[in-house]
Amino acid sequence: MLTLYTPGNSLLHRCPAAAKLITLCLAATLIMILTDPIVLASGILVVAVGYGMARIPGRTMWRLSRTALVIVMVVAACQAFFTSVSPAIIVGLRILFLITAANLVTLTTRTADLITVVEAAARPLTRWGVHPDRIGVTVALAIRFIPVLGEQACRVREAQAARGVKAPFTLLVPLVIRTLRLADGVGEALEVRGLGSSARAGASTTEHRSMTR
Amino acid sequence: MRAKDLALIALFAALTCVLGLSPVIPLPFIGITFSLQTLGVILAGGILGTKRGAIAMVLVIVLVAIGLPVLTGGQGGLGKLIGPTAGFIWSWPAGAWITGALVQRWWRGLTPARAIAAALLGSVSLYVVGHTWLAVMLGLPASTAWWSWVAYLPGDIVKSCAAGVAILAVKKAYPLITVPSVSGRR
Repeated sequence: MLTLYTPGNSLLHRCPAAAKLITLCLAATLIMILTDPIVLASGILVVAVGYGMARIPGRTMWRLSRTALVIVMVVAACQAFFTSVSPAIIVGLRILFLITAANLVTLTTRTADLITVVEAAARPLTRWGVHPDRIGVTVALAIRFIPVLGEQACRVREAQAARGVKAPFTLLVPLVIRTLRLADGVGEALEVRGLGSSARAGASTTEHRSMTR
Repeated sequence: MRAKDLALIALFAALTCVLGLSPVIPLPFIGITFSLQTLGVILAGGILGTKRGAIAMVLVIVLVAIGLPVLTGGQGGLGKLIGPTAGFIWSWPAGAWITGALVQRWWRGLTPARAIAAALLGSVSLYVVGHTWLAVMLGLPASTAWWSWVAYLPGDIVKSCAAGVAILAVKKAYPLITVPSVSGRR
Protein backbone atom coordinates (compact mmCIF):
# COMPACT_ATOMS: atom_id res chain seq x y z
CA MET A 1 0.00 0.00 0.00
CA LEU A 2 1.23 3.43 -0.94
CA THR A 3 2.01 5.85 1.88
CA LEU A 4 2.33 9.61 1.71
CA TYR A 5 5.88 9.35 3.07
CA THR A 6 8.42 10.73 0.62
CA PRO A 7 11.80 8.98 1.06
CA GLY A 8 14.83 11.16 1.70
CA ASN A 9 17.86 11.60 3.91
CA SER A 10 17.50 15.19 5.11
CA LEU A 11 17.80 16.37 8.70
CA LEU A 12 13.98 16.38 8.89
CA HIS A 13 13.80 12.78 7.66
CA ARG A 14 16.32 11.66 10.28
CA CYS A 15 14.71 13.56 13.16
CA PRO A 16 12.82 11.22 15.57
CA ALA A 17 9.07 10.99 14.86
CA ALA A 18 8.09 11.88 18.45
CA ALA A 19 10.22 15.05 18.36
CA LYS A 20 8.56 16.17 15.13
CA LEU A 21 5.07 15.52 16.48
CA ILE A 22 5.73 17.38 19.75
CA THR A 23 7.19 20.33 17.84
CA LEU A 24 4.14 20.33 15.58
CA CYS A 25 1.77 20.38 18.59
CA LEU A 26 3.66 23.23 20.26
CA ALA A 27 3.88 25.24 17.03
CA ALA A 28 0.16 24.71 16.32
CA THR A 29 -0.79 25.90 19.81
CA LEU A 30 1.46 28.92 19.52
CA ILE A 31 0.12 29.85 16.10
CA MET A 32 -3.47 29.81 17.39
CA ILE A 33 -2.52 32.32 20.13
CA LEU A 34 -0.43 34.69 18.03
CA THR A 35 -2.19 37.44 16.07
CA ASP A 36 0.63 39.42 14.44
CA PRO A 37 0.49 38.74 10.66
CA ILE A 38 4.24 39.31 10.31
CA VAL A 39 5.03 36.65 12.95
CA LEU A 40 2.54 34.25 11.31
CA ALA A 41 4.06 34.85 7.87
CA SER A 42 7.57 34.20 9.19
CA GLY A 43 6.28 30.92 10.66
CA ILE A 44 5.13 29.91 7.20
CA LEU A 45 8.54 30.92 5.86
CA VAL A 46 10.18 28.52 8.35
CA VAL A 47 7.90 25.72 7.11
CA ALA A 48 8.80 26.58 3.51
CA VAL A 49 12.48 26.28 4.39
CA GLY A 50 11.65 22.86 5.87
CA TYR A 51 10.08 21.78 2.56
CA GLY A 52 13.22 22.93 0.78
CA MET A 53 15.49 21.05 3.20
CA ALA A 54 13.47 17.84 2.84
CA ARG A 55 13.42 18.30 -0.98
CA ILE A 56 9.67 17.72 -1.23
CA PRO A 57 8.49 18.13 -4.85
CA GLY A 58 6.06 21.02 -5.27
CA ARG A 59 3.50 18.73 -6.86
CA THR A 60 3.40 16.42 -3.81
CA MET A 61 2.91 19.39 -1.53
CA TRP A 62 0.13 20.85 -3.66
CA ARG A 63 -1.69 17.52 -3.97
CA LEU A 64 -1.95 17.21 -0.17
CA SER A 65 -2.79 20.81 0.65
CA ARG A 66 -4.99 21.99 -2.22
CA THR A 67 -8.50 21.36 -0.79
CA ALA A 68 -7.71 23.23 2.40
CA LEU A 69 -6.02 26.05 0.52
CA VAL A 70 -9.08 26.53 -1.70
CA ILE A 71 -11.26 26.77 1.42
CA VAL A 72 -8.87 29.27 2.98
CA MET A 73 -8.99 31.48 -0.10
CA VAL A 74 -12.79 31.38 -0.40
CA VAL A 75 -13.32 32.11 3.30
CA ALA A 76 -10.66 34.80 3.44
CA ALA A 77 -12.28 36.49 0.45
CA CYS A 78 -15.74 36.29 2.09
CA GLN A 79 -14.46 37.62 5.37
CA ALA A 80 -12.53 40.42 3.73
CA PHE A 81 -15.66 41.38 1.83
CA PHE A 82 -18.15 41.21 4.70
CA THR A 83 -16.11 42.21 7.76
CA SER A 84 -12.60 43.54 7.40
CA VAL A 85 -9.33 42.49 5.86
CA SER A 86 -7.12 41.93 8.91
CA PRO A 87 -9.00 38.98 10.56
CA ALA A 88 -9.21 37.36 7.13
CA ILE A 89 -5.43 37.58 6.75
CA ILE A 90 -4.80 36.19 10.26
CA VAL A 91 -7.16 33.23 9.80
CA GLY A 92 -5.78 32.52 6.33
CA LEU A 93 -2.15 32.56 7.50
CA ARG A 94 -2.91 30.39 10.53
CA ILE A 95 -4.60 27.67 8.47
CA LEU A 96 -1.89 27.83 5.83
CA PHE A 97 0.72 27.29 8.55
CA LEU A 98 -1.14 24.43 10.28
CA ILE A 99 -1.76 22.47 7.09
CA THR A 100 1.65 22.88 5.50
CA ALA A 101 3.48 22.16 8.78
CA ALA A 102 1.40 19.04 9.53
CA ASN A 103 1.85 17.76 5.98
CA LEU A 104 5.61 18.31 6.24
CA VAL A 105 5.68 15.94 9.25
CA THR A 106 3.60 13.37 7.34
CA LEU A 107 5.80 13.59 4.25
CA THR A 108 9.07 13.13 6.15
CA THR A 109 8.10 10.45 8.70
CA ARG A 110 7.87 6.73 8.03
CA THR A 111 4.54 5.01 8.70
CA ALA A 112 6.25 2.41 10.93
CA ASP A 113 7.81 5.16 13.08
CA LEU A 114 4.43 6.84 13.49
CA ILE A 115 2.83 3.53 14.55
CA THR A 116 5.51 3.22 17.24
CA VAL A 117 4.62 6.70 18.50
CA VAL A 118 0.90 5.81 18.55
CA GLU A 119 1.69 2.70 20.62
CA ALA A 120 3.82 4.71 23.03
CA ALA A 121 1.13 7.39 23.34
CA ALA A 122 -1.48 4.71 24.12
CA ARG A 123 0.55 3.24 26.99
CA PRO A 124 -1.00 5.49 29.68
CA LEU A 125 -4.44 4.24 28.53
CA THR A 126 -3.63 0.68 29.70
CA ARG A 127 -5.57 1.17 32.92
CA TRP A 128 -8.73 1.76 30.85
CA GLY A 129 -8.36 -1.59 29.11
CA VAL A 130 -6.36 -0.45 26.08
CA HIS A 131 -3.63 -2.89 25.03
CA PRO A 132 -0.89 -0.90 23.27
CA ASP A 133 0.66 -4.09 21.84
CA ARG A 134 -2.58 -4.84 19.99
CA ILE A 135 -2.72 -1.43 18.31
CA GLY A 136 0.14 -2.30 15.96
CA VAL A 137 -1.47 -5.62 15.03
CA THR A 138 -4.86 -4.03 14.39
CA VAL A 139 -3.32 -1.24 12.29
CA ALA A 140 -1.33 -3.77 10.29
CA LEU A 141 -4.48 -5.87 9.76
CA ALA A 142 -6.46 -2.89 8.50
CA ILE A 143 -3.64 -1.92 6.11
CA ARG A 144 -3.38 -5.49 4.87
CA PHE A 145 -7.09 -5.78 4.18
CA ILE A 146 -7.65 -2.47 2.34
CA PRO A 147 -6.45 -3.93 -1.00
CA VAL A 148 -8.27 -7.21 -0.32
CA LEU A 149 -11.59 -5.45 0.26
CA GLY A 150 -10.87 -3.12 -2.67
CA GLU A 151 -10.59 -6.15 -4.91
CA GLN A 152 -13.79 -7.62 -3.44
CA ALA A 153 -15.57 -4.35 -4.20
CA CYS A 154 -14.38 -4.53 -7.82
CA ARG A 155 -15.61 -8.12 -8.13
CA VAL A 156 -19.04 -7.26 -6.75
CA ARG A 157 -19.24 -4.30 -9.16
CA GLU A 158 -18.23 -6.45 -12.12
CA ALA A 159 -20.75 -9.14 -11.22
CA GLN A 160 -23.50 -6.53 -10.90
CA ALA A 161 -22.50 -4.77 -14.12
CA ALA A 162 -22.78 -8.12 -15.91
CA ARG A 163 -26.37 -8.37 -14.67
CA GLY A 164 -27.06 -4.76 -15.65
CA VAL A 165 -27.17 -3.33 -12.10
CA LYS A 166 -25.73 0.16 -12.02
CA ALA A 167 -26.89 1.88 -8.79
CA PRO A 168 -23.91 2.74 -6.54
CA PHE A 169 -25.53 1.54 -3.31
CA THR A 170 -26.25 -2.03 -4.42
CA LEU A 171 -22.57 -2.65 -3.72
CA LEU A 172 -23.03 -2.25 0.02
CA VAL A 173 -24.74 -5.40 1.27
CA PRO A 174 -22.63 -7.93 -0.69
CA LEU A 175 -19.46 -6.05 0.25
CA VAL A 176 -20.37 -5.95 3.95
CA ILE A 177 -21.25 -9.66 3.99
CA ARG A 178 -17.89 -10.48 2.36
CA THR A 179 -16.17 -8.29 4.96
CA LEU A 180 -17.89 -10.15 7.80
CA ARG A 181 -16.96 -13.53 6.31
CA LEU A 182 -13.34 -12.43 6.09
CA ALA A 183 -13.50 -11.24 9.71
CA ASP A 184 -14.55 -14.76 10.81
CA GLY A 185 -11.41 -16.26 9.31
CA VAL A 186 -9.15 -13.47 10.51
CA GLY A 187 -10.59 -13.71 14.03
CA GLU A 188 -9.86 -17.42 14.17
CA ALA A 189 -6.33 -16.85 12.90
CA LEU A 190 -5.75 -14.22 15.59
CA GLU A 191 -7.15 -16.49 18.28
CA VAL A 192 -4.78 -19.29 17.25
CA ARG A 193 -1.88 -16.84 17.54
CA GLY A 194 -2.89 -15.95 21.08
CA LEU A 195 -4.44 -12.51 20.53
CA GLY A 196 -7.62 -11.44 22.26
CA SER A 197 -8.51 -11.80 25.92
CA SER A 198 -10.25 -15.20 25.71
CA ALA A 199 -7.31 -16.77 23.90
CA ARG A 200 -4.90 -15.24 26.38
CA ALA A 201 -6.85 -16.63 29.34
CA GLY A 202 -6.85 -20.05 27.66
CA ALA A 203 -3.11 -19.89 27.05
CA SER A 204 -2.38 -19.09 30.68
CA THR A 205 -4.50 -22.01 31.92
CA THR A 206 -2.72 -24.51 29.68
CA GLU A 207 0.57 -23.08 30.85
CA HIS A 208 -0.57 -23.47 34.43
CA ARG A 209 -1.65 -27.05 33.81
CA SER A 210 1.65 -28.02 32.25
CA MET A 211 3.46 -26.51 35.21
CA THR A 212 1.43 -28.39 37.79
CA ARG A 213 1.84 -31.68 36.01
CA MET B 1 -12.08 -7.88 23.82
CA ARG B 2 -12.05 -11.10 21.84
CA ALA B 3 -9.86 -11.80 18.81
CA LYS B 4 -13.00 -11.74 16.64
CA ASP B 5 -13.72 -8.19 17.80
CA LEU B 6 -10.20 -7.08 16.83
CA ALA B 7 -10.74 -8.61 13.38
CA LEU B 8 -14.11 -6.88 12.96
CA ILE B 9 -12.66 -3.53 14.04
CA ALA B 10 -9.71 -3.80 11.62
CA LEU B 11 -11.91 -4.93 8.74
CA PHE B 12 -14.53 -2.22 9.20
CA ALA B 13 -11.76 0.38 9.30
CA ALA B 14 -10.48 -1.12 6.03
CA LEU B 15 -14.02 -1.11 4.60
CA THR B 16 -14.41 2.59 5.39
CA CYS B 17 -11.14 3.27 3.56
CA VAL B 18 -12.29 1.23 0.55
CA LEU B 19 -15.60 3.12 0.38
CA GLY B 20 -13.50 6.29 0.09
CA LEU B 21 -12.11 4.97 -3.19
CA SER B 22 -15.52 5.16 -4.83
CA PRO B 23 -16.23 7.90 -7.37
CA VAL B 24 -16.27 11.38 -5.89
CA ILE B 25 -18.90 14.03 -6.41
CA PRO B 26 -17.40 17.42 -5.50
CA LEU B 27 -19.74 20.02 -4.03
CA PRO B 28 -19.50 23.61 -5.20
CA PHE B 29 -18.20 26.45 -2.98
CA ILE B 30 -17.08 24.43 0.02
CA GLY B 31 -14.61 22.01 -1.51
CA ILE B 32 -15.77 19.10 0.62
CA THR B 33 -16.50 16.01 -1.38
CA PHE B 34 -19.52 13.76 -1.38
CA SER B 35 -18.41 10.18 -1.26
CA LEU B 36 -19.53 6.85 0.10
CA GLN B 37 -16.92 7.06 2.86
CA THR B 38 -19.31 8.28 5.56
CA LEU B 39 -21.41 5.20 4.82
CA GLY B 40 -18.58 3.20 6.34
CA VAL B 41 -18.97 5.25 9.53
CA ILE B 42 -22.71 4.60 9.74
CA LEU B 43 -22.37 0.91 8.87
CA ALA B 44 -19.64 0.39 11.47
CA GLY B 45 -21.95 1.76 14.17
CA GLY B 46 -25.10 0.06 12.89
CA ILE B 47 -23.51 -3.35 12.38
CA LEU B 48 -20.81 -3.56 15.07
CA GLY B 49 -22.61 -1.50 17.72
CA THR B 50 -21.42 1.45 19.79
CA LYS B 51 -18.09 0.31 21.18
CA ARG B 52 -16.59 -1.68 18.32
CA GLY B 53 -17.99 0.80 15.77
CA ALA B 54 -16.41 3.79 17.48
CA ILE B 55 -13.08 1.97 17.94
CA ALA B 56 -13.07 1.06 14.23
CA MET B 57 -13.43 4.76 13.42
CA VAL B 58 -10.63 5.70 15.84
CA LEU B 59 -8.54 3.19 13.90
CA VAL B 60 -9.35 4.97 10.63
CA ILE B 61 -8.17 8.23 12.22
CA VAL B 62 -4.94 6.46 13.25
CA LEU B 63 -4.49 5.28 9.64
CA VAL B 64 -4.91 8.88 8.44
CA ALA B 65 -2.50 10.14 11.12
CA ILE B 66 0.27 7.70 10.21
CA GLY B 67 0.25 9.03 6.66
CA LEU B 68 -1.85 6.61 4.63
CA PRO B 69 -3.87 8.10 1.74
CA VAL B 70 -7.10 6.47 2.90
CA LEU B 71 -9.48 9.43 2.74
CA THR B 72 -11.68 10.25 -0.25
CA GLY B 73 -9.60 11.30 -3.25
CA GLY B 74 -6.40 9.67 -1.95
CA GLN B 75 -6.02 12.25 0.81
CA GLY B 76 -4.54 11.68 4.25
CA GLY B 77 -1.84 12.76 6.63
CA LEU B 78 -1.73 14.98 9.69
CA GLY B 79 -2.76 18.06 7.69
CA LYS B 80 -6.21 16.48 7.25
CA LEU B 81 -6.56 16.10 11.03
CA ILE B 82 -5.58 19.67 11.83
CA GLY B 83 -7.06 21.69 8.96
CA PRO B 84 -10.45 23.43 8.70
CA THR B 85 -12.27 20.27 7.56
CA ALA B 86 -10.70 18.04 10.25
CA GLY B 87 -13.89 18.11 12.34
CA PHE B 88 -15.60 16.02 9.65
CA ILE B 89 -13.09 13.24 10.36
CA TRP B 90 -12.85 13.60 14.16
CA SER B 91 -16.65 13.26 14.25
CA TRP B 92 -16.58 9.69 12.90
CA PRO B 93 -16.28 7.81 16.22
CA ALA B 94 -19.18 9.89 17.59
CA GLY B 95 -21.29 9.27 14.46
CA ALA B 96 -20.68 5.51 14.64
CA TRP B 97 -21.48 5.54 18.37
CA ILE B 98 -24.77 7.41 17.90
CA THR B 99 -26.00 5.17 15.08
CA GLY B 100 -24.87 2.14 17.08
CA ALA B 101 -26.66 3.30 20.22
CA LEU B 102 -29.94 3.83 18.36
CA VAL B 103 -29.73 0.51 16.51
CA GLN B 104 -28.99 -1.28 19.81
CA ARG B 105 -31.90 0.47 21.50
CA TRP B 106 -34.29 -0.54 18.74
CA TRP B 107 -32.63 -3.92 18.05
CA ARG B 108 -35.63 -6.16 18.83
CA GLY B 109 -38.14 -4.15 16.84
CA LEU B 110 -35.81 -2.75 14.20
CA THR B 111 -38.03 -1.55 11.35
CA PRO B 112 -36.72 0.00 8.11
CA ALA B 113 -37.88 3.42 9.30
CA ARG B 114 -35.96 3.09 12.58
CA ALA B 115 -32.81 1.82 10.88
CA ILE B 116 -32.91 4.75 8.46
CA ALA B 117 -33.55 7.19 11.31
CA ALA B 118 -30.55 5.80 13.22
CA ALA B 119 -28.37 6.21 10.11
CA LEU B 120 -29.64 9.74 9.48
CA LEU B 121 -29.11 10.90 13.07
CA GLY B 122 -25.59 9.46 12.95
CA SER B 123 -24.89 11.39 9.73
CA VAL B 124 -26.31 14.61 11.16
CA SER B 125 -23.99 14.32 14.17
CA LEU B 126 -21.04 14.35 11.73
CA TYR B 127 -22.12 17.79 10.52
CA VAL B 128 -22.65 19.18 13.99
CA VAL B 129 -19.03 18.40 14.89
CA GLY B 130 -17.64 19.17 11.42
CA HIS B 131 -19.31 22.54 11.00
CA THR B 132 -18.61 23.69 14.54
CA TRP B 133 -14.92 22.91 13.97
CA LEU B 134 -15.02 24.69 10.60
CA ALA B 135 -16.62 27.77 12.15
CA VAL B 136 -14.13 27.91 15.03
CA MET B 137 -11.13 27.46 12.73
CA LEU B 138 -12.29 30.16 10.34
CA GLY B 139 -13.42 32.55 13.06
CA LEU B 140 -16.99 32.59 11.80
CA PRO B 141 -20.16 32.43 13.89
CA ALA B 142 -21.38 28.80 13.91
CA SER B 143 -24.67 29.80 12.27
CA THR B 144 -22.86 31.00 9.13
CA ALA B 145 -21.23 27.64 8.56
CA TRP B 146 -24.39 25.69 9.32
CA TRP B 147 -26.40 26.81 6.30
CA SER B 148 -24.23 24.71 4.05
CA TRP B 149 -25.59 21.62 5.82
CA VAL B 150 -28.83 22.05 3.86
CA ALA B 151 -26.89 21.42 0.65
CA TYR B 152 -25.92 17.96 1.91
CA LEU B 153 -29.33 16.93 3.20
CA PRO B 154 -30.69 15.31 -0.01
CA GLY B 155 -27.51 13.27 -0.46
CA ASP B 156 -27.62 12.26 3.17
CA ILE B 157 -31.19 11.07 3.05
CA VAL B 158 -30.32 8.85 0.08
CA LYS B 159 -27.20 7.54 1.83
CA SER B 160 -29.08 6.93 5.07
CA CYS B 161 -31.74 4.91 3.26
CA ALA B 162 -29.01 2.76 1.72
CA ALA B 163 -27.30 2.36 5.10
CA GLY B 164 -30.57 1.55 6.88
CA VAL B 165 -31.41 -1.16 4.34
CA ALA B 166 -27.89 -2.61 4.66
CA ILE B 167 -28.06 -2.60 8.48
CA LEU B 168 -31.36 -4.51 8.35
CA ALA B 169 -30.08 -6.98 5.75
CA VAL B 170 -26.96 -7.69 7.82
CA LYS B 171 -29.06 -8.02 10.98
CA LYS B 172 -30.93 -10.88 9.30
CA ALA B 173 -27.94 -12.57 7.68
CA TYR B 174 -25.15 -11.94 10.17
CA PRO B 175 -26.30 -10.42 13.48
CA LEU B 176 -23.35 -9.17 15.55
CA ILE B 177 -25.05 -6.97 18.12
CA THR B 178 -26.11 -8.83 21.25
CA VAL B 179 -28.70 -7.22 23.48
CA PRO B 180 -29.10 -8.46 27.05
CA SER B 181 -32.20 -10.66 27.17
CA VAL B 182 -35.32 -9.16 28.66
CA SER B 183 -35.92 -10.64 32.10
CA GLY B 184 -39.25 -12.36 32.67
CA ARG B 185 -39.88 -12.85 28.97
CA ARG B 186 -42.68 -15.28 28.24
